[in-house]
Amino acid sequence: MAFALTPEREREVDELLTHYPNKRAALIPVLWICQRQHGWISPEVVAWVAQRLELSTAVVTGVVTFYTMFFQHPVGSHVIWVCRTLSCDLRGAKVIQDHLEEKLGCHAGGTSKDGKFTLLKAECLAACGQAPMVQIDDDYHENLTLEKLDQIIESYRGTPSAQE
Amino acid sequence: MSEQKPLLTSRYEIPNAHTIEVAEKHGAYKSARKALLTMKPEDIRAEVKKASIRGRGGAGFPAGVKWGFLNPQEGEQVYLVINGDESEPGTFKDRTILNVDPHRLIEGILITCWAIGAHTAYVYIRGELAHSIKSLDAALAEARAKGYVGEKPFGKPFEIQIYTHSGAGAYICGEETALLNSLEGRRGEPRLKPPFPAIKGAFDQPTIVNNVETIAAVPDVIEMGGEPWCNLSRLAPADGGVRLYGISGHVKRPGIYEAPVGITMRELIDVYGGGMLHDDRPLKAVIPGGSSTPVLRPDLKVDAKKADHPLHPWHGQSEIDVPMGVDTYRALGTMLGTCCAIVMDSSVNMVEACRNLMRFYQHESCGQCTPCREGTGWLLDTLDEICEGRGRPEDVHRLVEIANNMMGNTICAFADGTAMPLLGFVQKFREEFVAAVEKGRPLQARHDDSTAALVRGRAA
Ligand SMILES: Cc1cc2nc3c(=O)[nH]c(=O)nc-3n(C[C@H](O)[C@H](O)[C@H](O)COP(=O)(O)O)c2cc1C
Ligand code: FES
Repeated sequence: MAFALTPEREREVDELLTHYPNKRAALIPVLWICQRQHGWISPEVVAWVAQRLELSTAVVTGVVTFYTMFFQHPVGSHVIWVCRTLSCDLRGAKVIQDHLEEKLGCHAGGTSKDGKFTLLKAECLAACGQAPMVQIDDDYHENLTLEKLDQIIESYRGTPSAQE
Repeated sequence: MSEQKPLLTSRYEIPNAHTIEVAEKHGAYKSARKALLTMKPEDIRAEVKKASIRGRGGAGFPAGVKWGFLNPQEGEQVYLVINGDESEPGTFKDRTILNVDPHRLIEGILITCWAIGAHTAYVYIRGELAHSIKSLDAALAEARAKGYVGEKPFGKPFEIQIYTHSGAGAYICGEETALLNSLEGRRGEPRLKPPFPAIKGAFDQPTIVNNVETIAAVPDVIEMGGEPWCNLSRLAPADGGVRLYGISGHVKRPGIYEAPVGITMRELIDVYGGGMLHDDRPLKAVIPGGSSTPVLRPDLKVDAKKADHPLHPWHGQSEIDVPMGVDTYRALGTMLGTCCAIVMDSSVNMVEACRNLMRFYQHESCGQCTPCREGTGWLLDTLDEICEGRGRPEDVHRLVEIANNMMGNTICAFADGTAMPLLGFVQKFREEFVAAVEKGRPLQARHDDSTAALVRGRAA
């Protein structure tokens, strides 16, 4: 199915283009806008972005594949990133990771059977002083205990997915 | 702690300091007004030079000197680019400025743009920090509405536009030339230097790249004057002012603290960090300024017998009693980096800690240069083998050899930033690496039950 941005998001793109001396510089912000609407960067999104910014699809794909936050496959309604780097590890990140794998019934990289949560490992998310922590969609959840984590996960169950 | 009243963090405890109304009530934009309306650009540059702000992004280059490299040619446009990538493991300081006091950064940008002749500034923030981007965007909207950012800041006919630009998950985009590529809509691969950004940077134009905290310090420098600000430091005049210190890992009060340049690691841990997390577990090692800086070991003594050695005053004292400064730490064989320490107690196995970080570097290498792309993989493979009990006697030497072949052989400093901490771990804790190889069995997990219990809490 062909992809197109909503008129409101189109205006966001128009505004963005005024920030830079050329169109290409808007590529990453525009990909963000698309992912926020569509949930992931599908081949149709790549084709649309390429046309909008007058780039080849190869150039756009090259950029999409470089950055870990652009999803190249559909993901669950919510994405959980578990920080596993040293400061978090020292404060129990592995306990958090194991707990989530068991709770959601999937390993890192997988999605829970109900399609609600995709579980991913993250590298240092600049919250080392509040370790252990996870990022869920745009939100940081810090100084975690398992009890707190369980409550947080439940609070997401009823909420709609990050994209609409 | 010091009696000096807080500067960088002066608005951290004030509710709603992120709004322009509250920020202005507590001093925001006074310095920008003074700078734009009463000072010549060269006078501002002179004050910043006298302040000796050593770059807060990790390399410690003096900001005033860097600004002096600009030499725009006819028809060229100067850009200011702010590095808010904050991806170095252990580092979480810039985020506090963006979230709590974004107007301090905007004020610093306005002054800097005027000082270096830039009409456009981009603030590049890592994509994960969605809330920090929103926070800065909201502050920018307020500053635009007041006319501080735009065609005539404070009435001065010198247009300044400031835009945020989001990354999308890649540590390497903190390296300044990779950041510029990412800003231009490219893969975040570092560029060959020279040309340096000051000559040919964003969109091939002369560009100054500075860290968030570096620029956030500029308003205080203008308010106080370069020299008085510099003298707040215990290591003035070479390394001036105050800075943000971070501390994470096994301490009671992890967090971000403002202090003069030149406090010791012991003070940072015991006074600011509240001491070790578990009273029965002493400090074993501390990574001083982000994961790329070689580890310090408190039971090692400074060896600087000669009177002309820069560390002579600390000869015979513990490594953690040397003042934290760019030059003192270099003399100590490590780096001050981002000044955010990772503290490890006696329960931590250094081979495991090293492996954790090497997995990070293996994951984040951009892959352009063979020594880095392959070297980071070999280091991790070797450490995985050792940790899983399949190490061979020659492996310890092999780690050192791989690291030595990465150093200095690549486009950017990422490979050095991988090799240096690896070598630090092996040199300072060789006995643990040798034991891990010889025992031929998996190492015990690094966090034992009592740390896990903290996380399990009542649910356990
Ligand atoms: C691999 C690598 C990662 C870096 N990451 C960051 C970063 O996240 N934030 C930052 O400000 N500087 C980072 N730097 C340093 C920048 O290249 C540059 O020196 C700095 O932004 C200059 O600003 P300053 O002089 O104000 O410190 C990194 C350097 C390297 C080699
Ligand atoms: S190590 Fe987890 S946020 Fe830095």
